Amino acid sequence: MTPLLSVRNVSMFFGGLAALHDVSFSVAKGEILGLIGPNGAGKTTLFNVINGFYRPSRGNVFFKDQRISHLRPNKICGLGVARTFQVVKPLQRMTVLDNVIASAFLRSRTKAEAVRTATEVLDFTGLLADKDMLSRGLPLGKRKRLEIARALATAPELILLDESFAGLNPSELNESIQIIKGIKNRGITIMIIEHHMKVIMAISDRIVVLNYGERIAEGAPSEIRADPLVITAYLGVDENA
Amino acid sequence: MGQMKRYLPLAILGLLAILPLVGLSTYALHILIMVIMWSIVGMAWNLLGGYCGQVSFGHAAFFGVGAYTAGIIYAKGGASAWWGMPLSIVFVSVFAMVIGFICLRLRGPFFALATLAIGVILRVTAENLTSLTEGDLGIMIRERTWIEKTWYFYVVLTLAAITFYLVKRVIESRLGYYFVAIREDQDAAESLGINTTLYKTVALCLSAVFTGLAGAFYTNYMGYIDPKVVFALHDISIVTIMVVMIGGVATFWGPVIGSVIMVLLAEVIRSIPRLGAAHHTFFGILLIVIIIFLPNGIMGDMPKLKRMMRIGKPV
Repeated sequence: MTPLLSVRNVSMFFGGLAALHDVSFSVAKGEILGLIGPNGAGKTTLFNVINGFYRPSRGNVFFKDQRISHLRPNKICGLGVARTFQVVKPLQRMTVLDNVIASAFLRSRTKAEAVRTATEVLDFTGLLADKDMLSRGLPLGKRKRLEIARALATAPELILLDESFAGLNPSELNESIQIIKGIKNRGITIMIIEHHMKVIMAISDRIVVLNYGERIAEGAPSEIRADPLVITAYLGVDENA
Repeated sequence: MGQMKRYLPLAILGLLAILPLVGLSTYALHILIMVIMWSIVGMAWNLLGGYCGQVSFGHAAFFGVGAYTAGIIYAKGGASAWWGMPLSIVFVSVFAMVIGFICLRLRGPFFALATLAIGVILRVTAENLTSLTEGDLGIMIRERTWIEKTWYFYVVLTLAAITFYLVKRVIESRLGYYFVAIREDQDAAESLGINTTLYKTVALCLSAVFTGLAGAFYTNYMGYIDPKVVFALHDISIVTIMVVMIGGVATFWGPVIGSVIMVLLAEVIRSIPRLGAAHHTFFGILLIVIIIFLPNGIMGDMPKLKRMMRIGKPV
């Protein structure tokens, strides 16, 4: 079976700095792929490449066997790849509902249809009670969820979640985990960047580890946890060993 | 209340339509025509600057192209200047597409500066392209269609009603959502599947066409245009922004209220002897006051305004 998304030999240079260096991996349909790595490892850069904000300096990205690494973000979203932002980007002076309607229009012919999709997605993400609030008035936890709701409203096949759990309190964290599981149950493939180790180990089917722009490990959570390279990347080398 | 609000535009339109029948003076009718014309330009600018967030400092370019379409059709084509109204739709939208292609790749203040330059470039071009525009001599429409201002009033009122209706329809549709999404965060909009370049161009073209129509009407109504008037930076481009800023950015009624205030204010200042171009000073001060105290304009800051009015009064 061909993978849903495949990243092949992608490098991304900013001037002399290699933010990504020869990264390859693929995402199978229906799985949750965790993407971890220390700060500055290139995780968000990788998302920006997949989503079309950056054009890779080398290598290609394929979605359902179609090369997407030369397309603009709106085209890539149209093909079925949605994303959220680590630094949330709500449409501030729009209500929560209008935020989601704006993205639901992508697959809706009429406004009534867009409103229906948006309402359904808000219900799913537990934001329906806040639908008439201006999105700039939302607390961070809900803004993170609004990001997810907006992405879902574009009816994606693959959703890229960039640190959707950062800064959440324990009860919000649990809600978000339930939402992620719900997304998977809808048959949507998920790629997720997360620093929260407990969460990522619990929900991911597979994990890819980046360090200094290179893929240093890939495998099931249990393998990753035992991988000496990963431990070194996170904890450093034990000088006394 | 909801019902009342819905019929408010129709009620105002009806009221305005019977106004000439009660016997207004020619001067009063002229002021009314100017107010309505400015509200068209304001509504047009609002579509691009208010809703889509692309602030233009060069709307005189579109106003002028519309005005000169009518003028040139008359002076060079020998046809009635009224043909300028339908024809300006074509010319202005093509012109706006070219401008959009060049300027819309710029964001925020850089777009504003580019449009500012476009306005100036067009004025200088119109001044020097004498074979087409008669340069500084301007174009005079010698055969006036009507002596009375009443019919001009109805023409501009119809145009304003159509503009108001279409702007409202656009804003409440998919386009409106896309425009506001682009204004709020272009990167987010792009990643949500919105072709930001396309929709910014659509906003620019729509905005330009309505502005151009007002320009074509201006030629017919005033009977004389020259580059300094219709491509004016202060008296067209800046006043357009002020109409919207004062009335209320991204509100349906803001441009209408703003144009009432701006036109009346300009008349009052003009009636003060020996003030000359000092009215620019007044406008400048007014703009600063508005930005500090009512950054969302009169419509946008209505609740704040009501609160201010109540200060000092017993509850």
